[in-house]
Amino acid sequence: MNEWVIKGATIVDPDGTRQGDVAISGGRISEVGADLSGERVLDASGCIVSPGFVDLHVHLRQPGREEAETVETGSRAAALGGFTAIVAMPNTEPAQDSVAVVEQVRRWGEEAGLCEVLPSGCLTLDRAGERMAPIAELAASGVRLFTDDGNGVQDPLLMRRIMEYSLDLDVVLAQHCEVASLTAGAVMHEGCCSSHLGLPGWPAVAEELMVFRDIELARLTGARVHFLHLSTARSVALVRQAKADGLRITAEAAPHHFTLTDEMLRTFDATFKVNPPLRTRDDIAALKVGLRDGTIDAIATDHAPHPAALKEQPLDTAPPGMLGLQTALPLALGELGLDLPEVVALLSWRPAAIAGVSDRHGTAVRPGAVANLAVFDPEATWTVDATRLASKSRNTPYQGRTMRGQVRHTVFRGTPVVIDGEAQR
Amino acid sequence: MKHLRSIDELSGEAIRSLLDLADAMAEVNQRPIPKVPALRGRTVVSLFFEDSTRTRLSFETAAKRLSADTMTFSVSTSSVNKGESLRDTIETVSAMGVDAFVVRHRTSGVPWQISQWTDAAIINAGDGWHQHPTQALLDAYTIRTRLGCSGGLEGLHIAIVGDVKHSRVARSDVQAFTKLGARVTLVAPATLLPASLEGWPVTVCNNLDDLIADIDVLYLLRMQIERQEQSLVPSLREYSTRFGLDDVRARRLQDHALVMHPGPMNRGVEIVVDPALLRGSVITEQVANGVSVRMAVLFHLLGQGSELVDESGGQ
Repeated sequence: MNEWVIKGATIVDPDGTRQGDVAISGGRISEVGADLSGERVLDASGCIVSPGFVDLHVHLRQPGREEAETVETGSRAAALGGFTAIVAMPNTEPAQDSVAVVEQVRRWGEEAGLCEVLPSGCLTLDRAGERMAPIAELAASGVRLFTDDGNGVQDPLLMRRIMEYSLDLDVVLAQHCEVASLTAGAVMHEGCCSSHLGLPGWPAVAEELMVFRDIELARLTGARVHFLHLSTARSVALVRQAKADGLRITAEAAPHHFTLTDEMLRTFDATFKVNPPLRTRDDIAALKVGLRDGTIDAIATDHAPHPAALKEQPLDTAPPGMLGLQTALPLALGELGLDLPEVVALLSWRPAAIAGVSDRHGTAVRPGAVANLAVFDPEATWTVDATRLASKSRNTPYQGRTMRGQVRHTVFRGTPVVIDGEAQR
Repeated sequence: MKHLRSIDELSGEAIRSLLDLADAMAEVNQRPIPKVPALRGRTVVSLFFEDSTRTRLSFETAAKRLSADTMTFSVSTSSVNKGESLRDTIETVSAMGVDAFVVRHRTSGVPWQISQWTDAAIINAGDGWHQHPTQALLDAYTIRTRLGCSGGLEGLHIAIVGDVKHSRVARSDVQAFTKLGARVTLVAPATLLPASLEGWPVTVCNNLDDLIADIDVLYLLRMQIERQEQSLVPSLREYSTRFGLDDVRARRLQDHALVMHPGPMNRGVEIVVDPALLRGSVITEQVANGVSVRMAVLFHLLGQGSELVDESGGQ
């Protein structure tokens, strides 16, 4: 007898789209087909069942900033957003530049048991951009994605060395593209709006220069490079050309970058301060084209919790970042103009491949596969209420906005960790 | 109108009526006892997160002449406890019973943030590079008074020279002057202009000598020494050569042309000639008018319904 059966859903996975029940036993998918039965039923009529989502870019804040988020609270937000695996960014305190810290973060993830927490590793010690982190040791402990996120590696020589050193390690070097000297003190996108508001601007070229630099360094070295949170039209064009040239490059985009513009800062609400900043309508249009034509491989949230006390500071001192885990799916469904299987690909199997977890996440819904599944109703509407999100922080930029598309159940390693929109642990 | 945070929020008509009210306040300031009871019982708190002796004194003088109670809350940014949010500070001070906050902050937008957390009126006394609306009002008032315009500044050509990019005075003045009908030209190298001037009703000229003989008002902005360190100009000397008011340029000004500056001046940089010897200088007049204009703003925001009764009883 199957332990669980998901009944009445439409299956969307790399194999295609079809009707069918999905039965689960012993942590794996046991049967797929019509009229299956099991000890317990997850009703999924009108819903889509797909491989669980994989978020390449999440700030869990633990260790060091537990007032903003913990591995547990962030994992809960992830599960409620349909994610079964999340990559934890390394800008913790201490930073994830040693096996000890990385293993502790992974352990907290296992204890929470809500999704698989995949710690990233630092490219440089303490993300300071001066000396290479122990990339091979970290890789041996299971780290796949390396980044100094929050900082770009400024020194081109150091970045070249890291690329060369990583060649035989089967790792992904993920760059936060920002030439720091061009963005000192910046609060928002540099343009018409920042000029009017008298706020220091973050010019698009500060991102594009580093995208270009790393494309050329990747061309030189053959390294496997991933671009975090692309935000400008020119960045998309550069990556498109690099891919056409055959380079091993991938890229992600965050939902806030394809839904919100710099005009939001006219409210002077620091909730809308994020790095890289919200940009223009033209950039949004280019990101959407990039997501449609495959230039951008994945939607990643850059979920970045901050407590109200920090966001209620003046714009220059308020930290950048916004919540994203629980709003990613409806924004991807509603804003991109893509068919549903394409949206799921951007949320699930494409990022799973980048994170190196395709053996257990983003896999086809077939018997024998690890049961990491998202079940969502693409038509259900709900209104964002920051106080009801699972994150410890409240800094969603979508407060009060009505969303279409809602996660109903999330199954992690065969256990429903979210049932009818409620976290089970 | 509940707050005065930006000239953007005012129509040309609203600006004109505030300037008319400032005329009435100037009359009060001419009285033997320049004080009226209009705002008796009202509390005005100066909330200065950035040092500014002259603006703070100007507001406090204005409030006292209207008989408001004044308090000063000076916070050097370094002393603000990192754990206390801006919101905590505002809610604490508001709880003491405040009718208006006069706010100065080094960061754009703080007056808007604060207005979410208090019922008091907010008067922006300068936020970052963004706005300094009472400065713009007193500048417009000074020009209107000196050049004898009846309602606004129709037909005047005003050059604003210098560091527009980092200047809240420039942003406010451009809006106020153009809303009152003036034509504004910005004179600066591109390094000292905002990244985008889209939507700004101005023209740009990089050569002061091309227009100095044609303008009615020469408005010089303060040039800060750190702009040289940031390589926005090669040196203050070169800036002064290109954009400073020296004897040669001063002689080319029209007879009626005014020279203005928001203070404090950098002698030898933006202004090389002695302003005391400069025929058209209205720089000290700007300071004096500041009190009348700020009285008008405070009265407009807090004193609706009351009248400007002479406290000396003289009528």
